[in-house]
Amino acid sequence: MSRPTAAEKRFTTISGEPVAALYEDGALPPAPGEFPYTRGIHPSMYRDRLWTVRQFSGFATPEETNLRYRYLLEQGQSGLSVAFDLPTLMGYDADHPAARGEVGHCGASICSLEDMQALLRDIPLGDISISMTINSPAAILWAMYLVVAEEQGVDWTRLSGTLQNDILKEYIAQKEFIFPPAPSMRLVTDTLEYATRHTPRFNPISISGYHIREAGSTALQELAFTIRDGLEYVDHGIARGLKIDEFAPRLSFFFNAHSDFFEEIAKYRAARKLWATLLRERYGAKDPRSLKLRFHTQTAGCSLTWQQPYNNIVRTTLQALAGVLGGTQSLHTNSLDEAFALPSEHAVTIALRTQQVIAHETGITGEPDPFGGSYFVESLTQRLYEGALDYIRRIDAMGGMVAAIESGFPQREIADASYRYQREVEAGERVIVGVNRYTVELDAPVPLLKIDAAAAENQCRKLSELRARRDTVRVTTALEALRKTAAGNGNMMPCILEAVRAYATLGEICQTLRTVFGTHQETSVL
Amino acid sequence: MQKPPIRVLVAKPGLDGHDRGAKVIARALRDAGMEVIYTGLRQSAEMIVHAALQEDVQVIGLSILSGAHNAIVPRLMQLLREHEMLDVRVIVGGIIPDADVITLKQQGVAAVFQPGSSLDEIVEFIRNATGRTAAHPA
Repeated sequence: MSRPTAAEKRFTTISGEPVAALYEDGALPPAPGEFPYTRGIHPSMYRDRLWTVRQFSGFATPEETNLRYRYLLEQGQSGLSVAFDLPTLMGYDADHPAARGEVGHCGASICSLEDMQALLRDIPLGDISISMTINSPAAILWAMYLVVAEEQGVDWTRLSGTLQNDILKEYIAQKEFIFPPAPSMRLVTDTLEYATRHTPRFNPISISGYHIREAGSTALQELAFTIRDGLEYVDHGIARGLKIDEFAPRLSFFFNAHSDFFEEIAKYRAARKLWATLLRERYGAKDPRSLKLRFHTQTAGCSLTWQQPYNNIVRTTLQALAGVLGGTQSLHTNSLDEAFALPSEHAVTIALRTQQVIAHETGITGEPDPFGGSYFVESLTQRLYEGALDYIRRIDAMGGMVAAIESGFPQREIADASYRYQREVEAGERVIVGVNRYTVELDAPVPLLKIDAAAAENQCRKLSELRARRDTVRVTTALEALRKTAAGNGNMMPCILEAVRAYATLGEICQTLRTVFGTHQETSVL
Repeated sequence: MQKPPIRVLVAKPGLDGHDRGAKVIARALRDAGMEVIYTGLRQSAEMIVHAALQEDVQVIGLSILSGAHNAIVPRLMQLLREHEMLDVRVIVGGIIPDADVITLKQQGVAAVFQPGSSLDEIVEFIRNATGRTAAHPA
């Protein structure tokens, strides 16, 4: 073992926040289940109900992904989470030139209602909740899901699940945007309004800090930008004429679980306090369900290392523990091979078992908020809370999150933090086991999932068969109706649903919207 | 006499928007005294070669994390050949499996930097590849 360097003795969180040697005071917030819910949204948390074990999954064709879903459900997973490939995320069909080399690589390829039917075959949508990681074309994929539910005979009021549909963090961090901010926010608000009226148990937006963190932000930036994004959606919902307590209960959140154990636990606690306080103060929300921040957690993909990949199991376990100790409602644990590729069945099973070991063997579920009253955790919670309020006020002063994004503010803050962190790693001030310390010449190889070209060929073949078979007049009429509505100001969901039912493809529907809205080009912030 | 700085085009081809790596590299090369042009997202091979020509760069750095390298890189190398730009060194960074590293190098890629590569290592490689060793810093 090498001795710690002097630099390492500068104790800070992974986000660069100084950590004192001893904390000796701090107040205990109100009990779990009581406003502002710092300690948890339910009085007894996991004593009553375990978190939902929800592994994000999807690759190649919808048929292959469906088999993986059924495997995961057989193995004790309690909810599904759909990963779409890049062409789907960007609103292109598998046979579009821009999709070349990308079909099925980062998720499942879904081009039409036919693919959604295959993806969800024999999965009872009235019983299994489904999360869909889709943003720019979210309204379209959601419409496909709603039609499949209808075909299964499941009433929409019974459907539960989550649409990510968080376009703001796309401009800030993940960059899978198609349209400019204004029409994108209109699409989000259309789904919010439609869900409020028709799918009372479905979460139409999952306000996501995960990608902000993956892009290199600090824990504080993840927290502050995410909560501020949430307020932006609330403002749009209210401007649409919805009442706060009508739609706020269905807003949900999605956070990262990074490696700094205590900072992460404090982050989730601070998030709950922020949301409850701001919704009450700013919008007069009264329904406790509006005030209670519910969230999904995923362990940090960016912390996984290519070197000595089996160590990733340990990293993921510790991160998952932080998520559970922070009171998450659902959890995805990354697989050990995800620095290389989408996970193999073997790797994803270990990730699933990791959650099951935490849930059933550690005793962690017996006590809500076990760190409540810890001077250190309470102090970190309060510091993150105040730091986030400061960021939120600065963004308010800029005119809100859309304006802040247009000025490049959150993007610049994240780029600076990410570069600072990388420099610290380079200087050896941050130790990454197996990468800049305790390295070995040869790593133990891991078997990887390969996506072959057959996936793209199959998707293209199915598309050309579909185009030859469907009622072309119905497709053209539906797309023209959508174009007219998009050019006006009505809610686009009914037209999108009709286009989906007519088997218009994802690419065709998005292209119709592109002709009305144009596309977004970002000014890169280095 | 001091040589002009090395000019590098950092490009993000394909549909993927994960630009953390590309941005960190661009800043590190700039801090090392190079002139860096960042293309932004979703560049086709044609757009990248056009930008490299316009900007008269010695190096093109591609950041690819989505598994699309086997479709993108051969097309880019072909265009460079057609434009007689094979003196431009192409380096690739991102999630590139070992087996594909060999293929990419056979296609003419000068170096592939996999996850965990250090910024210093990349800077040094570019200096050497453009004939600027530590004795003649850029």
